[in-house]
Parts: sequence; C-alpha cells; structure tokens
Amino acid sequence: MQTNPADASRAGSPTRPGRAGWGLISLTYVSSALILAMPLVLIVTMAFRNGLDAYLANILAPDTLHAIFLTVLTAIVVVPINIVFGVCAAWLVTRYDFPGKRLLITIIEIPFSISPIVAGVIYLFLYGGQGLLGPVLADNGIKIMFTVWAIFLVSLFVTSPFVARELIPLMQQQGGEDEEAALSLGANGFQIFWNVTLPNIKWALLYGALLCNARVIGEFGAVSVVSGAIRGQTNTLPLQIELLFNDFNVSGAFAAASTLAALAVLTIVLKAALERVGATGRR
Amino acid sequence: MGVTLLYLAVIVVIPLAAMLLKTTSLGLEDFWRIISSGRAQAAYWITFSSAAVAALFNSVFGLLLAWVLVRYEFPGKRIIDALVDLPFALPTAVAGLALVTLFAPEGWYGQYLEPLGIKVSYAQLGIIVAMIFTSIPFVVRTIQPVLEDVPEDVEEAARTLGATRWQVFSRVIFPLILPAFTAGSVLCFARAIGEYGAVVFIAGNLPGLTEIVSLLIVIRLEELNYPATAALATVLLAVAFSALLVTNLIQAWQLRYADKSR
Repeated sequence: MQTNPADASRAGSPTRPGRAGWGLISLTYVSSALILAMPLVLIVTMAFRNGLDAYLANILAPDTLHAIFLTVLTAIVVVPINIVFGVCAAWLVTRYDFPGKRLLITIIEIPFSISPIVAGVIYLFLYGGQGLLGPVLADNGIKIMFTVWAIFLVSLFVTSPFVARELIPLMQQQGGEDEEAALSLGANGFQIFWNVTLPNIKWALLYGALLCNARVIGEFGAVSVVSGAIRGQTNTLPLQIELLFNDFNVSGAFAAASTLAALAVLTIVLKAALERVGATGRR
Repeated sequence: MGVTLLYLAVIVVIPLAAMLLKTTSLGLEDFWRIISSGRAQAAYWITFSSAAVAALFNSVFGLLLAWVLVRYEFPGKRIIDALVDLPFALPTAVAGLALVTLFAPEGWYGQYLEPLGIKVSYAQLGIIVAMIFTSIPFVVRTIQPVLEDVPEDVEEAARTLGATRWQVFSRVIFPLILPAFTAGSVLCFARAIGEYGAVVFIAGNLPGLTEIVSLLIVIRLEELNYPATAALATVLLAVAFSALLVTNLIQAWQLRYADKSR
C-alpha cells in the first residue's frame, strides 16, 4: 500500500484503548492463545514428554535424520533458483511493456492458488508412466517420478511465485528512474542491478526468500503425490511426520514436528525483524 | 528475459498443459460422469461448505485481529502480530498433527468438548478447524494496510457530525476497507478449498462424510484410476482459476476505490 510520509495524522496511529477497546483486546488475547499459541505449546510438551534423551533418540532415528537431510537439501536447491526467477520475473513485469503482460502476471500467480494435490498431479501427468513425457523418459532410462528430482520440481512449482509477489509491487512503486540514471552514466546491466536495483529491493527479496523457504520445507500435499514416500529415500520431514503418526509413534511424530515448528517460529521472528528494518529503511 | 518465460513454460505451463491434455483425452461424456458421481458430489459439498464456514469465521476473527493490532497499543501486541503469521510458517502437517491431538477425545480441548457431544476429530468440524487455522493470516494481512491508511479527518468529520462510534465504523470505516475485506475472505476460501495436509490428519477421511476433494483425488490416484484423477484435479484447477480471477477483479475495484478516496 502507498505510504504517504506527509500524512502524519493517519487513523492508523494507535491509541490508548478505552473500555470497549480493552474488551476487544481481551477477546484477542484469549482467541490468539487458544487458536494460535496452544498448538505450539502442545508440540513442545508432546515432543519432550518422555524427557530429553527420548527426544534426541527420536530425532536421531535414521529415517527421521534422513528426512531432515532431504528437506534441507530441497530447500538448498529450490530457494536460490526461485530467488533468481523471482528477480527476473519482477524485472520483466515492472521494467518492460509488452502485450500479454496481465496474462504473464496471472501465470506467475497460478501456483499460489492451486491446491498442492493438483500441483503434484500435474507433474505426474507430465513425467509419470501415464504422463506425456513418461514413456520417452523411461525409454532413455531416466526416472523422475518418485525420486528426489520430482520433489525438487514440485517444490520449484509450488514456491515459484513467492519472491516475485514481494518484488513486483515494490519495483512498480519505485519505478525505473534510478536505473535509467545509472544507464545514462554508462553503467552496464550487471552494475545497474548490483549497485542500484538490489539495494532498493534487498529487504523485500529477503522477505520473499524467507517465505519461499518456509513453504519449501513444509510442503506436504504436492510432495506426497510425487515422492512415493519411500522410507529413508524420498521421505521429506512433513511426510515423515505423517508416517510416524500413522505408525502410532506419537512421540516420534511430535519430535520431528518440533524441529519444523522451531523453524516456523524462527521464520516469523525473522519476518517481524525484516518488516521493522524494511519499514525504517523505506522512510 | 527469455529466462523468465522459459522457466515459466517448463515449471508451470507445460505441466498444466500435460494434465489438461490428459483430461481432454477423456471425452465430454466420461468427464461429466466422473465429476458428477455421487462420491464426488459429496466431496464437493463437504469441501466447499467447510471452506465457506472457515472463511466466514476468519472474516470476523481477521477483522477483530486487524482492528485491534492497528488501533490499539497494548502489552504483547508485537507477539500477537508475529503469531498471526504462524499458520503460513508452520508446515500444514505439523498443524494437522497438533490440531488432531488437541481435539482428540482425551486431548487438551477434546476432553471438554466430547462430554458436550461436540465431536471435532474425525468429523466435519475437524475439517473446518483445520481450514480455519491454515487460512487465518489472509483476512488480517489484507485489511491491515488499508486500515492503517484510513485518513483520520474522515473519521473526525463523522464524529463532529454526531456519529456514534458504531456509526463511524459501520458507515465510514467499513465501506473503506470493504474491498480488502472481500479480497481477504475470497483468498481465505480459496486456500481452504485447496488445504490438504492439515485436513487429512484430523478428518478421518470417511467417504461421503469427511472426504474432501483433494483427498478423493489422492484416493483415485492410489487406485491407479488416472482418468478420474485428471478430471477431478481439473475441477479443482478451475475453481482455483475462478478464485484468482475474482481476487484480481476485487483488486481492480480496490484501486478504483483508493483513487476515489484520495
């Protein structure tokens, strides 16, 4: 949203609450505690209910450890690629005019609105045995479905809009004047990007990358369709949680879940910090 | 910038086309028979009605949170503001695991609800609870920036003209945030329809009772019934497209609104 620095008297400037205000705030306290905070408290309680040793044993179980490894690997592969894509896409959309731009923006946003199950299914119909390319790939001895490659591909699909979505509105608002000035001063394309564009968009970029990372690590539906969920091979951490839960290994499931919950808390703390830095940086 | 287009083609467009191709190979008659089967209809009803209730709940809850976070200064405000993002940051499988345990008959919440005859786990209420949790941030985060930008003079003018606090809200502020509010609710509804991870943990997945569309697709897939998988996935895809279209239209409305109020 446009922030107008001259407009100091916004209704948004918070005030001391009156009696009605305290009523609403109390309602917020109670509902936030019950709906948002309690699940976190439960995860920690359940993960450690048999003590620290049992917790560590659960985390260090070979299958869980492998799932952690695979999840981290997926994030390392997917996040950088989608950062590059997000910057390219935002650059294209905000710095050039061409026919079909609206359509392009819609295509960029598609993965964001699709059910994760559908995301997995479309990849199955491309690379799977029943799919478009499946038979050709099989003839050449290439297997994508039910391997880590399929996990990488659906994760790329699901999180492709995250960085672009953060950058497009910001770069639209900033306009291209800075870059044009740099260009007229003789800077080359890379210099312009590195010295002019990047400093302007770095907080939004980090923010988008953070959300992208959180989604990659937590993706469940799409990955469950294409991974085959083979224990110790193509099981990511969210799938491992379901597997342990279905095995009635509740402690193991909560131990695995606690690592993801810790990452989620880290994510929202970093997000809040980025918002503060970004807000002061822009003013 | 061919890189962008190439990447979009490889990652988004071609896979989508591959599935649509599969669906078109079905023929209209078969397609209609699959997507209108009794089990599919039950799944649509469960999915869409649960998502509607979740969106309704989150519209009210989201409005409350946004209002309190924008308007008041109070202890713990920043913690609650950060917690609002938790449902996006927390993997859906983790959310599902936590919710099913909270609402289990002997769980922290279930032990009080069960004696009252309120069954959440393995019932439609569980689906609604999972959908609510995973889509909380949409309404809050779409209203917040608009609410912050409501100019104070508009409100003061209404007050000096003798409007009560409720009148100021319902006649002055609410119309200003209405486009954002609607957009947030639609996003919330769309996300709830697509939610899978959290729901499968808590729903119990009984055909015709607690089986959502996404789950029915997975079941058809496991039965190696590829035509049905493609047809049902196409239905969900169409719903997602419509939701995207509606939110884009609302955004255009919002921009016109913002221009007028300036």
